[in-house]
Amino acid sequence: MSAFLAIVARDLRLGFGAQGAMLTTLLFFVLAVSLFPLGVGPEPQILARIAAGVIWVAALLAAMLSLDRLFQTDQEDGTLDLLAQAPLPLGLVALAKTLAHWLTTGLPLSLIAPLLAILLQMEADAIPVLLAALLLGTPSLSLIGAIGAALTLGAKRGAVLVPLLTLPLVIPVLIFGVGAVEAAAYGLSAGPHLLLLGAFLAGALALSPFAIAAAVRLALE
Amino acid sequence: MLHALANPARFLRLMAAIRPWAAGVAVLGLGVGLAWGLLYSPPDYQQGETVRIMYIHVPAAWMGMFIYAAMAVASATALIWRHPVAELVAKASAPAGAAFTLICLITGSLWGKPMWGAWWVWDARLTSMLILFFLYLGYIALWEAFDDPARAGRAAAILALVGAINLPIIKFSVDWWNTMHQPASVLTLEGPKIHPDILWPLLITAIGAKGYYVWLLTVRVRAEILKRQARILRFAAATDRRAG
Repeated sequence: MSAFLAIVARDLRLGFGAQGAMLTTLLFFVLAVSLFPLGVGPEPQILARIAAGVIWVAALLAAMLSLDRLFQTDQEDGTLDLLAQAPLPLGLVALAKTLAHWLTTGLPLSLIAPLLAILLQMEADAIPVLLAALLLGTPSLSLIGAIGAALTLGAKRGAVLVPLLTLPLVIPVLIFGVGAVEAAAYGLSAGPHLLLLGAFLAGALALSPFAIAAAVRLALE
Repeated sequence: MLHALANPARFLRLMAAIRPWAAGVAVLGLGVGLAWGLLYSPPDYQQGETVRIMYIHVPAAWMGMFIYAAMAVASATALIWRHPVAELVAKASAPAGAAFTLICLITGSLWGKPMWGAWWVWDARLTSMLILFFLYLGYIALWEAFDDPARAGRAAAILALVGAINLPIIKFSVDWWNTMHQPASVLTLEGPKIHPDILWPLLITAIGAKGYYVWLLTVRVRAEILKRQARILRFAAATDRRAG
């Protein structure tokens, strides 16, 4: 457990530091969302109608941004070889790094989303649901994304490849995430959508560490 | 059986034995099925002659899904038993699957224009096929991203398995999304039961398409094995030159 926490703490320090991608990711997210009113026009009804989709799509793209560096920098300086020899199973190492990735991308992104929702005229009732859906959905993005990041370790054009591999696989998160917010905006229960998001997260949490570990081991051979 | 086939030379002999039969099934099935479907089957009472697009669209959709399943099984075999030929079967399948999926998308679009009045409708089935197409492209791109074929093969195998586990969830979510946004459903094949005059040419075409896939596999896997052998020979020659 202490080794797990040590890896999380290390990656957090790197993520929050000057070279970390956290601020850049957040800025990209805010900027991407702000472009939509400029693109589709400032009419409040249109913005309110597309708000959930815009925020979710921007979150998906923002989560992809820093993924290619998730294992890459550790592989380049040899840290990954040491981590692979640690007494901690490689799956748990991968999980620790993924958790740190979520804490520096998914979590801040979710926390700033309500502000963007207000800018996009989202129904007030839907905003807490948006926050809940993002908090439930973005960990899945980090988990599935980490598979893509590990598979493309050492690949040519890895940075472009990760979104190409990952985005089709996280479509369910987008659909249930937007569904939850829209249900709340229409005064329906968001429960089923949130439960499905939770189920997806539970499945991803159980299965993806194996895939990540297998891919990392492959890259270190 | 599985281990016997891991020997590339034996696998090549088996491929050579299968090839003419697969070619025969492909030519007969596609020839008879398409001629029957496109020329002699009755037009639909509502859709008229445009229903004939189905004889290409539906077998292509079946093949797109079938080949992904075959790819996933081959990838699992490659990962679990380190089976060198299974990896090549998966690699050789991907472009064929992507092509069938693309044919399904294009014919679906051509069919959509007279039926729905638009080239593209975000119908649940078409959307799922589009995502399947993206999954194929990602798989192919991952194979191409590494210089070392051993590394590329196993990474691609892991990706194919992750995709295969996720595919039913994606399919379910797209159906869910579609019922949420588009309550009135469009035409489905299950509707009124299919008349035998339509079903038979459809099935015969589908069998022909399977034969074509098997024939394509025998050709492409052979090419991949020869390519690997050429690579090894080239490396050996380069080492000899340096040593000598």
